[in-house]
Amino acid sequence: MCEHAAMAQVSVPRARTTMDGAPRPRLERSRSDRVIGGVASGIGHHLGVEPTTVRVAFVLLSLAFGFGIVVYLLTWLLAPLEAAEPAANPVAQRVFRPTLSQALGAALILVGVVIVLFVSGFWFGEAFAWPVTLGAIGFAILWARSGEDRRGRSAVDVVISGRRSITRVAIGSLLILGAMTIFLANSYSLSTAGPMLLAALVAIGGLGLIGGPWIWSVGRDLIDERSSRIRTEERAEMAAHLHDSVLQTLALIQRAPAPREMASLARTQERELRAWLYGRAPTLAGARLRDAIDSMAGRAERDQQVKVEAIVVGDADLDERARALVAAVGEATLNAGRHSGATEVSVYVEVEDDAISAYVRDHGTGFEPEAVATDRRGIADSIVGRMERHGGTAQVNSRPGAGTEIVMRLPRKPA
Amino acid sequence: MTASTRAAAGVSVFVVDDHELFRSGVRSELSRTCRIVGDAGTVEQAVAGIVRADPDVVLLDVHMPAGGGRGVIDGVRAEGSRAQFLALSVSDAAEDVIGIIRAGARGYVTKSISADELVAAVQRVHDGDVVFSPRLAGFVLDAFASEADQPIDPELDLLTARERETLRFIARGYTYKEVASELHISVKTVETHVSAVLRKLQLSNRYELTRWASDRRLV
Repeated sequence: MCEHAAMAQVSVPRARTTMDGAPRPRLERSRSDRVIGGVASGIGHHLGVEPTTVRVAFVLLSLAFGFGIVVYLLTWLLAPLEAAEPAANPVAQRVFRPTLSQALGAALILVGVVIVLFVSGFWFGEAFAWPVTLGAIGFAILWARSGEDRRGRSAVDVVISGRRSITRVAIGSLLILGAMTIFLANSYSLSTAGPMLLAALVAIGGLGLIGGPWIWSVGRDLIDERSSRIRTEERAEMAAHLHDSVLQTLALIQRAPAPREMASLARTQERELRAWLYGRAPTLAGARLRDAIDSMAGRAERDQQVKVEAIVVGDADLDERARALVAAVGEATLNAGRHSGATEVSVYVEVEDDAISAYVRDHGTGFEPEAVATDRRGIADSIVGRMERHGGTAQVNSRPGAGTEIVMRLPRKPA
Repeated sequence: MTASTRAAAGVSVFVVDDHELFRSGVRSELSRTCRIVGDAGTVEQAVAGIVRADPDVVLLDVHMPAGGGRGVIDGVRAEGSRAQFLALSVSDAAEDVIGIIRAGARGYVTKSISADELVAAVQRVHDGDVVFSPRLAGFVLDAFASEADQPIDPELDLLTARERETLRFIARGYTYKEVASELHISVKTVETHVSAVLRKLQLSNRYELTRWASDRRLV
């Protein structure tokens, strides 16, 4: 059913549009078309430009103080990898693993660059080269991810959440710390290493104290958001499934000339299931008037075997006075189900700025309010009396043969 | 809405629902008073079948694979059919109700409606009137409740006092006839009021309406 389609779309990002109105694909790193990280072709796809153009732009930008490299790395970290198309293209799905010759080629290029730097007098010296190498390896380990869990997630996501990445983070961090230590130890004499280290620790500690809570809460929010999204999606999927099966069956049973009890049972269960499937999330402030009326209607249906159509317009907190109103409405509904002979009772509750109005109506036999006032204790005590105790009013409109309506009104502020 | 008010004799009806059992159930219930000219279980079959059979009224399930009730309405309208649509669904979520009305249906009833009431609703839609169930009236009152936001087009974005009153009675379970006698107006005037409300429901750009519809990607 259409809910399938609607709910499946929950996970699909809202497509932005290009200037000509066509939907623009979101920025994702490409799986299939990649030289390093698939960033360039991802950006090209997103903007509608040839990936090669983007690549040339990156190279040119890199000449400008390495700006291109920084942008590239940031995009790599932040843009998620595009989702794999299952079994459509097994080659494209495969995680990029360099062949031996590719690795060898890369290593040779690196050596060449180092030699050129060395010969041309640009060599920074060992004091710089080793820490940089170590740091680079650490960085690579830190951000390299196992092929399985990187689908559609950005690198930051993976490092924050992946349990398996803890080892990787530890090793990577150690390498980077080592690199920093070597760099510091080389740059300054060992005698100053102690104070340097202390100063660094103090600085790191201070930064941690300042930024720690914030980082922690961001991480927390990410995790919370993810788990609540998963829950919502699971529920949406189940709702779509049950909507196609159980809800339809329950609707059918109610139509069939089944015994009244059976139809009533089906109605009650449909109501309960529906409340769970499409229900509003419970608010922190506590129960709301709407929910209370709905569950009251469900109880009345079960107990009296009548159909109760409960409609609530607006909503309010369920304070003590609202509870009293719900109880009075419940009593009126029970009365209608018990005495009117009608098969359906209409309950209508409207929350206005200054008052809450409630109407309980049936198309049953009706009665003469004056004549039976004495023996109908339910109406006198539970409805009229209760409403008046809480500063409200209740009025019974009934005529034999014309059904009954009980009108209740409760001012929002006590009179 | 009692069946005795009108008989739906001879109205041709087409039933669209992807549940076989439900279709046959509705067919047998309606066949006593209406002329069933066909049924369909998918959007594609429904559009083709409705164009071919040219029914007066289409009973339309809101939820169906590949397009849903809206897909059927759009497809049929594109072919220039003059059939009227009455939506029938197990769902009573506001976005479903509002969405299908905005797509062009002339009324909305839930699947738990009794056979007599269903016949009366079919007749009402055939007569060019709209079918406002209590629940639909409740949703509309909810959607038009807040006066705070600036109406762009007061003609469409606000209900008149009389329309509001009429809807309140319908939400309370009153039939059109009972509403008419309570308000000392004719049944025809009640029908005029609810038709006006339906028009506002379909054309207004009130925030609540567009939000509900866009939740289901119906606009």
